Amino acid sequence: MPLFDRKDKSRYATFSRRTLLAAGGMTGVFAVLAGRLYQLQILDFDEFMTQAEDNRINERLITPARGRIIDRFGVELANDRRNYRVLLVPEQAADGAKASIQAVARLLPIGEHQQEKILHDVAENKPFAPVVVAENLSWDDFSRINLHLPYLSGIIPDVGETRAYPFGEEFAHVLGYVASVSADDMKNDNDPLLSLPGFRIGKRGIEKAFDEQIRGAPGISRVEVNAHGRVIRELSREAATPGKDIYLTIDRELQHFVSERLGTESAACVVMDTETGDVLALESSPGFDPNLFNVGISSAEWHELTTNDHSPLMNKALSGAYPPGSTFKTAVAAAAVDAGIAVPGYTVFCSGSLTLGNHDFHCWKRGGHGTLDLRGGIKNSCDVFFYETARRMGIDKIEAAAHALGLGAKTGIELPGERSGSIPGRQWKLHRYGVPWQQGETLVTAIGQGYVLATPLQLCTMTARIASGKAVSPRLVHSIGAQRQPIAPAAPLPFSADALAAVRDGMNATANEPGGTAYAWRITEPGFEMAGKTGTAQVRVITREERAHGVAKNESLPWKLRDHALYIAFAPVENPRYACAIIVEHGAVAAHPQVQMTRDILLFAQKRDVAHRTTAYPSTSADNRATGRG
Amino acid sequence: MNTTLYVAARRPLTYSEKLLEINWGFLLLITIIACAGFAMLYSIAGSSFSPWAGAQILRFIIGLGILVVVALVDIRVWMGLAYPAYAIALLLLVAVESVGHVGMGAQRWIALGPLQIQPSEMMKITLVLALARYLHGSTVEDISKPLKLIVPLAMIAIPAALVLHQPNLGTATILVLDGCSLLFLAGLSWWWILPTVGGVAAAVPVVWQFLHDYQKQRVLTFLHPQDDALGAGWNITQAKIAIGSGGFAGKGFLEGTQSRLNFLPEKQTDFIVTAFAEEFGFLGTVGLLVLFGTVIFYGIRIAMASRSQFGRLVAMGVTLNFFFYIMINGLMVMGLIPVVGIPMPLVSYGGSAMLTVMFGFGLLMSVHVHRQVEIPQRSSGII
Repeated sequence: MPLFDRKDKSRYATFSRRTLLAAGGMTGVFAVLAGRLYQLQILDFDEFMTQAEDNRINERLITPARGRIIDRFGVELANDRRNYRVLLVPEQAADGAKASIQAVARLLPIGEHQQEKILHDVAENKPFAPVVVAENLSWDDFSRINLHLPYLSGIIPDVGETRAYPFGEEFAHVLGYVASVSADDMKNDNDPLLSLPGFRIGKRGIEKAFDEQIRGAPGISRVEVNAHGRVIRELSREAATPGKDIYLTIDRELQHFVSERLGTESAACVVMDTETGDVLALESSPGFDPNLFNVGISSAEWHELTTNDHSPLMNKALSGAYPPGSTFKTAVAAAAVDAGIAVPGYTVFCSGSLTLGNHDFHCWKRGGHGTLDLRGGIKNSCDVFFYETARRMGIDKIEAAAHALGLGAKTGIELPGERSGSIPGRQWKLHRYGVPWQQGETLVTAIGQGYVLATPLQLCTMTARIASGKAVSPRLVHSIGAQRQPIAPAAPLPFSADALAAVRDGMNATANEPGGTAYAWRITEPGFEMAGKTGTAQVRVITREERAHGVAKNESLPWKLRDHALYIAFAPVENPRYACAIIVEHGAVAAHPQVQMTRDILLFAQKRDVAHRTTAYPSTSADNRATGRG
Repeated sequence: MNTTLYVAARRPLTYSEKLLEINWGFLLLITIIACAGFAMLYSIAGSSFSPWAGAQILRFIIGLGILVVVALVDIRVWMGLAYPAYAIALLLLVAVESVGHVGMGAQRWIALGPLQIQPSEMMKITLVLALARYLHGSTVEDISKPLKLIVPLAMIAIPAALVLHQPNLGTATILVLDGCSLLFLAGLSWWWILPTVGGVAAAVPVVWQFLHDYQKQRVLTFLHPQDDALGAGWNITQAKIAIGSGGFAGKGFLEGTQSRLNFLPEKQTDFIVTAFAEEFGFLGTVGLLVLFGTVIFYGIRIAMASRSQFGRLVAMGVTLNFFFYIMINGLMVMGLIPVVGIPMPLVSYGGSAMLTVMFGFGLLMSVHVHRQVEIPQRSSGII
């Protein structure tokens, strides 16, 4: 090429060679890049696609609606009510979260401390996550916020749902309450719902016992999120399965009536259907407002509940085990008839005390009752009669009779915290204390003292069994959703008809014959009469010395040392249908005013005809249908 | 060879003739590549021209204007400007050490009124020009003489050292690669090349000692991204997920989840190719590589057709500079080398890089337009 000078020609040749080499090198690099793309995009596509989807998609749980709790006639005892609340989205607050909170605080009472707490929540969360500023607002307060909304930047009015107990204290012990999930709750339950903020679970009562059924199952909302976790859009939604409604055997009207009659006494009362075992009312007073636990109980309120000597948090109807006192004599009487001791013509002479070995066993009546048959023994609640009868019969038969009547073991009611009480016996004592049974203990047992302990629920069950002659067991839950709870037909009791008739007759005399210990508060309306048995349970030991100087009157003792007052009853006397047991803690005398309320309660139940009224349970034909609310 | 054209070239071309001489097909090609960038900037902004795509389009248009203007300037003028421009760039590099602004943890630009000048970008162009001019004046034999070799080595090493000190490992690497490849193309003896490559390999452990902590961290993170999956390893991991999840045909335009949901770091600059790979898949990304390859092919053809050693070296210098960007950025985002701050030319968002690349292509086009111009070995260009 003439146009190039010679030197440039050689430079051009070198340049061309080297450029070709460079081009080869560049091609190699491009091949590497393409190969890498092939590896990432074709060979490892599945793995990276999965990772990209994991990045992108968040699954969020949708809280199911909690099932309602409904009484036998369709009254809602627990439901979800609207929770008017105010939320703050920090990133939308133009002048900062603090300014917005203060703006709300001018419209609603939000204390300094509360404001700090909200600011703390704001700091903890992402700027787009809503924080609760105030909740459970009244409609007025909520309207006020809505009215001022244009001046409240970042504030969002919101309607959530919260558990409500329309009858408050009356049902505190039956229903229990819901509250925030604790670390302990999470231990045995891996339901993902529990980790949702603000989720509530049942802590006591039916709410706790049937939490799984009432809770329902979560729905899932699949949302697309960005790298900061902000939700971009919802991809799909699977609706939550609402919890099932629980239908109770309780009658809200009767429960309300019982609750009113017990007043502020530390007391418990159970009313049962003697044929089915349906618990119609179960009250322990004082109660507490279960709504408090849902919205968050203050420490002052909690302190009051836990230190009150009337134990408002304890369900005395089934967690309180008391000496049944003379009410236990019904069991001893039934056993005595079947043991062939209390045969017709059998009498005992009561001189006011009975001596066994070197120990005197006293009757409650210092002067004694004179000669009594079984009917008179029950009617007068004569201690000596039962000392003597039990001495002849021995502890074994008393023990068996008590067990047959449902004492000494849990009744199996569907509530947590039930105690089994205790019925002593030879094996029981040897096993428990390692020493043999003493005959004196038989005597003490016969009048429902000593080792004997029973819950009011057990006493009511015992009464129902005596009244019906069947081994009925108490139950509270009739249906879960439309699913009826199975109920086994009650077996006949292992007592002869004569034995049960004798006990019922004695109880009738107690309530309806002059001189009977419960005659004062008998039902006088014909056809509604009740039969009953009184009892006082001694809380302290009366020493020989004290007895010599005169037993201290209950009224002169501190409240905590006074005797418990008990009464068991069924009605009507002929063809009984309702059984009732009542205890007034430290009520001192069997005729305590609240004990006498049994008359009102049983009369009310009979006149209302609770057992025969048409119930509002879901029909069984719906059993196979999906249950729960729509 | 077309004699009429040659004869025509014996006399200076008029500007209108030069305009016709510009390879407009090449301009169309780089416009297509830039459009791929606009599309991605639009997509990752959530289907919006702001903040990136609109500004980028404007810059590209300005860049095209610069390209054409640079192309029309006689190649000998550029030769004459080579040393002064290099000297100015070097001075500015020294200046950033004292008045430079800190961006991305490094001192990289100085403000001249509203203009932000990144001397390290400027140096990429001026180094190519200055080396080309120096090498134009030497024969193949001269280059390998130690005394003659000291000058170009110093011309490479001084700015590279300054840029490394900023610290900007990526640009320093590109400067060294640009310079060395020009020496290689000019015919540096294999007796120099092979021992040097061996020496560099041996020196790696020594260099490691002098790296900044963040640079060391990048290398360590690259080697074991899983150790720090939510920290520094996040970039690498998320970039690979973005590319890999694109699959064969991609998720579709505006459908990339990794990029649009902010899982990708620096997605609008260094990692834009991952967003492209996610939305357009293997097919689209290889297509993009083919377009890049075509640009390089054009660059090589223009270099080979130039009648002056200066033109050839400038053309190849510009082309190789373009290639090194692609190589380092590509290898980086695909997780084959540690993360260094190098954008993908024409595609990544950014003003300085865009201007550098377009200015470079302007020089390339000037070489093309003035391919028939012969420059004597002793010439010092036209000033």
